[in-house]
Amino acid sequence: MSNDPDFNVLLLNVAGSNDKAALATLFRHFAPRLKSLMLRLGTDFHTAEELAQEAMLSVWRKSQMFDPTRASASTWIFTIARNLRIDRFRNESRPELDPKDPALVREPDLPADDQLAVKDRQVAVRECVAALPEEQREAVHLSFVEGLSHQEISDQLGLPLGTVKSRLRLSFSKLRLMLRNVS
Amino acid sequence: MIEHHPGDDLLLSYSAGALGEGWSLAVATHLALCPVCRAAVAAAEELGGVLLDDAEPEAISEGALNRLMARLDEQVSSAPAAPAHAHAVLPQPLRDYLGGDVGSIPWKSIGGAVYQHLIPTNDSSQARMLLVPRGRPVSEHGHRGRELTLVLTGSFNDHTGRFSRGDVEDVDEEIVHQPLAGKGDDCVCLVITDAPLKFNGLLPRLFQSFIRI
Repeated sequence: MSNDPDFNVLLLNVAGSNDKAALATLFRHFAPRLKSLMLRLGTDFHTAEELAQEAMLSVWRKSQMFDPTRASASTWIFTIARNLRIDRFRNESRPELDPKDPALVREPDLPADDQLAVKDRQVAVRECVAALPEEQREAVHLSFVEGLSHQEISDQLGLPLGTVKSRLRLSFSKLRLMLRNVS
Repeated sequence: MIEHHPGDDLLLSYSAGALGEGWSLAVATHLALCPVCRAAVAAAEELGGVLLDDAEPEAISEGALNRLMARLDEQVSSAPAAPAHAHAVLPQPLRDYLGGDVGSIPWKSIGGAVYQHLIPTNDSSQARMLLVPRGRPVSEHGHRGRELTLVLTGSFNDHTGRFSRGDVEDVDEEIVHQPLAGKGDDCVCLVITDAPLKFNGLLPRLFQSFIRI
């Protein structure tokens, strides 16, 4: 499986000791996949590669912010690439949470065994996606991988907007149910 | 306790990066106040991580890794740290857009004792702060599009329920409502709309074109 938990360790090494060899290993795994995601958006080859490169540079610069108890390496890198893409293509800012904000309302502390370990969560998510009916998986794919808005998905598939929304909603509620139940 | 959350479609689009800036501002601000929706967004982002892992790798050009390595030691000028807000009322994403907390908002009267402040965003939505003094109503209106209201101080009621700090009311064309601010604190909200509202009274309708509501 490509979801090797070592990526978390590599990322922690980058954060902890500016480990360039670890970053190079991360680059070899993630840059080709990031490029693939960017190409999906209709960007040319050159820009897709440049964005993959920029994303990995951000990984290097922001590695201190990676928290393996909250997200896996691939999820964290996905969010970095997503935000870069928003900057580049939509010329919009990305309003983001600040985890240190004093106005942030903290979650009540959950007993440790009520929380699904990040690693198990990824396995659960993978199983959940695999179990989705084809039409729901397609909607999830168009939204996450191709970055389309719900309206764009509706145009592309020739489906009413309400149908697109309900497919996404169904897949999301399955995902949330699954993440609650596995523990 | 937050009782009204943004719809799953908004949380999903926010996670995927497909949501416009104004709506994203409301979602991010709600997330700061709502651990339940933060967990939902974390789950959706996990989905993004899995899809990234499963993406078909595309060949990267020869020198790309070396070019990256050459840039690692570049000095980055870090942005000046934002002033600490030990007792912030508004969550961080919103303070960033306003340049300060609730006390720094340059309110403009829009009549009926109601005040607003427009927030520029680069998408097609209109974001605004709205201040309704305690116990006062907002004119009855319908909607040509979607309207998302996030309560930050005080509370309001309409026929669909009661909304207080952190709650989100999400209404569409079907709903005509007349929100009434609660008795406690003045009600400050972040409101996102994607089309002009439909006021039922003549006066608000005439006024509407001047205040871009």
